Amino acid sequence: MSILEVENLSVSFKQYTDGFKEMNHKVISSLNVTLEAGEILAVVGASGSGKSLLAHAILGLLPSNANVSGTIKYKGEELTPTRQSGLRGKEIALVPQSVNYLDPLMRVGSQVRTSVENGDAVAAQRKVFERYRLGKEVENMYPFQLSGGMARRTLLSTAMVSDAKVIIADEPTPGLDPIVIKEALDNFREFADSGCAVMLITHDIESALQIADKIAVFYAGTTIEVASIENFVGKGEEIRHPYTKALWRALPQNEFIPIPGSQPHPSSLPPGCLFAPRCEMATPECRQAPPEMRELRDGMVRCIHAT
Amino acid sequence: MRKTKGGKLGLFILMKGIRMTTLLIAICFISFLLVKNSPIDPIQAYIGADMLKVGPEQREKIAEYWGLDQPVIVQFLNWGSAVLKGDLGTSMIFRRPVIDVISERFLNSLVLMVAAWVLSGVIGFIMGVIAAMKKGTWIDRIIKWYCFTLASTPTFWMGLLVLIVFAVWLGWFPIGLGVPAGVLSENVTMMDRIQHLILPVLTLSILGVANVALHTRQKLIDVLTSDYVLFARARGEQGFVLFWRHGLRNIALPAITLQFAAFSELFGGAVLAEQVFSYPGLGQATIEAGLRGDVPLLLGLVIFSAIFVFVGNLFADLSYHILDPRMREVRKL
Repeated sequence: MSILEVENLSVSFKQYTDGFKEMNHKVISSLNVTLEAGEILAVVGASGSGKSLLAHAILGLLPSNANVSGTIKYKGEELTPTRQSGLRGKEIALVPQSVNYLDPLMRVGSQVRTSVENGDAVAAQRKVFERYRLGKEVENMYPFQLSGGMARRTLLSTAMVSDAKVIIADEPTPGLDPIVIKEALDNFREFADSGCAVMLITHDIESALQIADKIAVFYAGTTIEVASIENFVGKGEEIRHPYTKALWRALPQNEFIPIPGSQPHPSSLPPGCLFAPRCEMATPECRQAPPEMRELRDGMVRCIHAT
Repeated sequence: MRKTKGGKLGLFILMKGIRMTTLLIAICFISFLLVKNSPIDPIQAYIGADMLKVGPEQREKIAEYWGLDQPVIVQFLNWGSAVLKGDLGTSMIFRRPVIDVISERFLNSLVLMVAAWVLSGVIGFIMGVIAAMKKGTWIDRIIKWYCFTLASTPTFWMGLLVLIVFAVWLGWFPIGLGVPAGVLSENVTMMDRIQHLILPVLTLSILGVANVALHTRQKLIDVLTSDYVLFARARGEQGFVLFWRHGLRNIALPAITLQFAAFSELFGGAVLAEQVFSYPGLGQATIEAGLRGDVPLLLGLVIFSAIFVFVGNLFADLSYHILDPRMREVRKL
């Protein structure tokens, strides 16, 4: 059974521009993602594609001017704001992006301890610090004294000491050296193998491919393809969506061909397929209505031409 | 490690000391020049109503005795060297050494200012926290409206209002002075003094809260939308625990600093409030010294108030160095 299901999620922000004109920025539109127990799902997309907002929406941490529609289910039951606040930190844990997510005036040891739900908080914190090779002196440091790598390992620790069943990791790897990346990713693998689930949000398709089971590709606030990592081989013949193919082919070790153009801004989304303006395969039909997500060869794709 | 820490702090205090000395020299010089060029005639101020009995020769003698015939810079140096020896001269209106007048008046003012400082700080901080936690609701709007109104209210006007309402209409408190009139000083009780203190303190506190409250409100709103509060909420923290762990810690420091830096406003407010309530403090002495041409007392008060405000700002700087780990721990590294 899916541990976490996101169906038809849309998030928009109300904004006032030019004084009184009200604008609705749709940053996530009809997004579908499912997360199975024991699995790592990598959510891959360029910056500004709404990846972090997805994490915040699942946890119910969007700002008050956000408008959310669609359903999110946890263990088969719909997540209401009350349920979200009960699950936060206990069942679903977040690993945030940067050291800014740590309280600047609190020693990091005590910040990790606040995440411990059961048992001896100090012992749990020391154990996890030892596991991440954070020295004994680190627990008495303030966030500004940590190096980038130490900060990320501290943030990882907060998720590991909680008894969460789902970890949502928002860009946990940038700035880490390859050894630590490997280690962090192995930790996620270990965590997933123990029956939990990990949603790995990243823009780095390469490190995602190292450990993930499935990859969901984000483009302009929606998922355009969900594929198993086995599909990412050769010249990408098994990849379904033209954008994913282009991403794959843009990698230096593949063909190193960049994609022309850029992702549309949430305030000026095209009416039809969101990728149509940059797509080589686009036909007039693509520009009329947004394509539905459909199943194809054990994966999902949002493209009428995909085979 | 211990030693370097002490060394850095010592250097900091030394630099502040140098800055204070230069500031005081400049202030003394400027005030001396201002008084010198003002229409106050020191001889006339000294002799007062007996001026008609004093002939021109006698005036010249007095001027010569006081050194008024010498160049301004020599006069300044004479005065300055006396000040350095701790002699601020004799007050003309009180006929007592300036230093005695100031120390006596300062004790009265100190009680008033400390009470108002603590009250306005605590109440303002709490108001700011409530407004930020309830941002956008009617309670936030009322607190904001109150603060903006008060920030633009002159102290003396508020003092008059308080006086009219509580002393005249309601008759709860005495109208003015520091002690009851017509009572021997040994018979004045602590209760009497406190009763006389309440209205001036109230006036100063009502006005003092605006600054702290508005700054605290804004700072807490920033903190509540910060990434680390988002992450704390992601870990299941909410409500009062969230405020206690992350809010308070991050807003207390700016509020304390701001409150210390508000020493100058407090002093300025006290001058006006004391005048309205005829409270025998430093402020009232300043106004009398100015109006009646008491040059030694006026200059003494200028020096004293400059030191007072400087010390307030020094505490503000020091509080950051001592309390903020980002400043404190850097010194250790």
